[in-house]
Amino acid sequence: MDGTTQMSREMTGARMVIQALKDQGVDTVFGYPGGAVLPIYDEIFQQNDIRHILVRHEQAAVHAAEGYARSTGRVGVALVTSGPGATNAVTGLTDALMDSIPIVVLTGQVPTFMIGSDAFQEADTIGITRPCTKANWLVKDTDRLAATLHEAFHVARSGRPGPVLIDIPKDVQFATGIYAARQEHRSRYQPKRQPDPAMIEAIVAAMETAERPVLYTGGGVINSGPEATRLLRELVAATGFPITSTLMGLGAYPASGPQWLGMLGMHGLYEANMAMHGCDLMLNVGARFDDRITGRLDAFSPGSRKVHIDIDPSSINKVVRVDFPVVADVAEALRAILDLWTARGRKVNAAGLAAWQGQVAGWRARKCLGYTPSKATIKPQYALERLEALTKGHDRYICTEVGQHQMWAAQFLGFEDPNRWMTSGGLGTMGYGFPASIGVQLAHPDALVINVAGEASWLMNMQEMGTAVQYRLPVKQFILNNERLGMVRQWQQLLHGERYSQSWSEALPDFVKLAEAFGAKGILCKDPADLDDAIMEMLNHPGPVIFDCLVEKHENCFPMIPSGKPHNEMLLGEASTEGAIQAGGAVLV
Amino acid sequence: MALNIATGSTSHSAYDLRSTYGDAVERHTLAVIVDNEPGVLARVIGLFSGRGYNIESLTVAETDHAGHLSRITIVTAGTPQIIDQIEAQLGRIVAVRAVHDLTAEGPAVERELALLKVVATGDHRVEALRLADIFRAKAVDSTLESFVFEITGTPEKVDAFADLMRPLGLQEIARTGVAALSRGPRSA
Repeated sequence: MDGTTQMSREMTGARMVIQALKDQGVDTVFGYPGGAVLPIYDEIFQQNDIRHILVRHEQAAVHAAEGYARSTGRVGVALVTSGPGATNAVTGLTDALMDSIPIVVLTGQVPTFMIGSDAFQEADTIGITRPCTKANWLVKDTDRLAATLHEAFHVARSGRPGPVLIDIPKDVQFATGIYAARQEHRSRYQPKRQPDPAMIEAIVAAMETAERPVLYTGGGVINSGPEATRLLRELVAATGFPITSTLMGLGAYPASGPQWLGMLGMHGLYEANMAMHGCDLMLNVGARFDDRITGRLDAFSPGSRKVHIDIDPSSINKVVRVDFPVVADVAEALRAILDLWTARGRKVNAAGLAAWQGQVAGWRARKCLGYTPSKATIKPQYALERLEALTKGHDRYICTEVGQHQMWAAQFLGFEDPNRWMTSGGLGTMGYGFPASIGVQLAHPDALVINVAGEASWLMNMQEMGTAVQYRLPVKQFILNNERLGMVRQWQQLLHGERYSQSWSEALPDFVKLAEAFGAKGILCKDPADLDDAIMEMLNHPGPVIFDCLVEKHENCFPMIPSGKPHNEMLLGEASTEGAIQAGGAVLV
Repeated sequence: MALNIATGSTSHSAYDLRSTYGDAVERHTLAVIVDNEPGVLARVIGLFSGRGYNIESLTVAETDHAGHLSRITIVTAGTPQIIDQIEAQLGRIVAVRAVHDLTAEGPAVERELALLKVVATGDHRVEALRLADIFRAKAVDSTLESFVFEITGTPEKVDAFADLMRPLGLQEIARTGVAALSRGPRSA
C-alpha cells in the first residue's frame, strides 16, 4: 500500500517523514543522528527504501545534499538533530539559498512543551534559519506534518529553487496523526512560468537587428532543466550569437561549441568580458548581474540594450536596469523566443554579426589564459590542463572548493553538459567541495567525481574522509597545494603592500599519511614530469584518493578585473599589478 | 585611512548605488496580504532589516479569519528603484499572497489612531480641551489633572495635534501606525 493511492492513513510523525520522503521519490538522505531525531532514525532503521548516509559533520550533510541536487536536478535531503545539528546546517542553507539549489533540511526540535525553556540542545532553529531559507516551518501538530513535508518539496523545487527547512519537535515525531498524500497541484505556491508575449516580440525584433549581440547565461538555465539547455543550444546554433556564462551556468552551452566565449566576470576570459562591454544587445538568460560579473556598474556594458530572463521578479532591475524584463521560466521564455524568431523568418543582422565575430576572434587571439610554464615546479594551470586532458571523455563530474583553484578550474576545465559542475558561487563557501563530491558520487556511483581543491579549503571539511571510506565512494580529491590561502595572498599582494597576514598554511598534514590513516590512498606529486603518471594512478585507483599536488606557491589568478574597474580594464597575466586596485576598490571584496 | 564611500559616488565604488530611475526618496504605503501563519511577520520584518530598507510604520492584524489572512500595512521610504525592489522581494515570500503599492496604484485613504495622555491644570487644561475639540479628538479618560485623548487621522494630523499638546503637558503617546485602503470600488 502506498500513500499516493490511499488518501490518508494513521501513523506516527516519524513514520510520516519516511513515507513522505518515499512519496517524493527520495532515495538518499544525508544526516547525523541526535536526541531530537531518534524516532526518525528508528524508522530509518526499519526500512530499506531510503538510504541514509552518515556524514561526519552536519555542514557536510547539507553540502552533500546540494551536490546530489545540483548533479541530478532533483531535491537533496538532509536530516539533522536540534540545537548544534541545526546551527551547523546554517552555512549549507545559506549556500543553497545564494546558488538557488533545491534542498529540504529536516531538523529535530525539543518537544513542544519544552520549547522556550532553554532545554538541552534547544535552539530557535526557525528564527536562526529564517533569513537563509526560502521558507521554513515549525510543525507542532502531527496531523499537519505530512502536508507540510509535501509543501516543502514543492516550494524547494518550484519557481526559483532554494533550501527549505522543517523543524519537527520530538513529541510530534512520536505522536500519531493522519498521513496526507502528495498533492502539489493544490499548493497555493505556483510561480509564473510563462513569458509576456509582447515582451518576447520586442526581444525578437531586437535580435533581428542587433549588430553585436551576446548571450550571458547563468545557473537559471541549469535549474530550469534539460529542456532549457537544449533550447539554448538550439538558439545559439541558429543565430550564431556569441555566448558567455557565469560560474554557475557552466556546461549549459558546451565549452567545445563554436560560439563559446568562456566564463565572464572578475576572473573570466578577456573575450567574454570585452564582448559584454562592447555588445549592443545583451541577452541575460537566468543570471543575476552579480557584482563578480558586472565590475563597476556605471561602466557596465554602456552601449547595450539589455534583456533579462529570470523566474524571480526580484532579480529584475535589482542591480542593473534592463530594457526587456521577462519574468518566466528559462525554457518557456527561450521556446517563445525561438518560435517567434522562426515564424518571422529567422532573421539576423548578418553583416553586423560577421564583423562582431571578427572582433571577438581578435580578442580571443590575445590568449588571456596564457601563463609562464615551468619545468621545475607544477604550475596550477598546468595541473588543470593535464587533468582536463586525461579525464576528457570520462563520465566526469567536477566539484571545487573556493579560491584560486576554483577560478582556474572554471577557466581550464571544459564543461560539455549541465549538472557536471558543482561549485559554491554566491556564498563562496570554503569546505563545500569535498562533501558536495560525496553527494555527487552517491547520485552517480559509476562516474568519475573529482573535487578540485586548495589545501586550506579542503581542510575545512576533511573529516568527510571517514564518510568517503565508509561508503566506498571513489571521490578524487585533487588538491592544488600551494601552502597558501592563495586568493587571500593574491589580494594582499595587490592591495595590502605584500603584507601576507595569516594567509599561509602552517603545520599542514602529510596528505598521503592522512589518506592512509583513513584507509584511503594518497598520492604526492611535485614534479611536472611525474604529473601525468600520478593523475593516471589516481584515475585508475578504485577507491577514494587524496592527490597532494604541490604547485607553484606564488602564482596569481589572471585575467582579473580589479575591484572598482569596468570590464575593459581587466588585467592580463603579464601585466603590472602594482596599484591596480585603488583606494575605492579596496573596500570591496 | 578611512574609506568614506558615499552612496552614489561612482568613482569609488563598484557598487554604483545611483538609481537610473531617479534619486528622490519617496514615501509609499504598501498593503501586504499574507497567510496568517507563525513567523510570517518576522520574515517580512527580517527582509526589511536584512536588505536595509526603511520601515516608517507597520500595522498588522488578521483581516479574514475564515480565509486565514492577515493584512500588513507598511509605510516605507526609498527611491523608486528601492520601492520596486521592496515590492518584488515581498512578493516572493512564499506566505505572501499579494502586495499592493497603494501610493502607486491610485488614491488611497490612510488613517492612524493615537492615544495621548496630557497632564495639566488651569489654563493649559482648558486649552488642551479646546484644541482637542478643533482636532475632533475625544477625551476617553479624564481625571482632575489629566486627559487621555483619542485622535484619528493621517499621520500628519496626529503629528500636528501632538506638537500642540506638547507644551500643554503631553506625557505619553501611543500610535497604532497607518491603516490604509484604496479609494473607490477597487480593492487591493
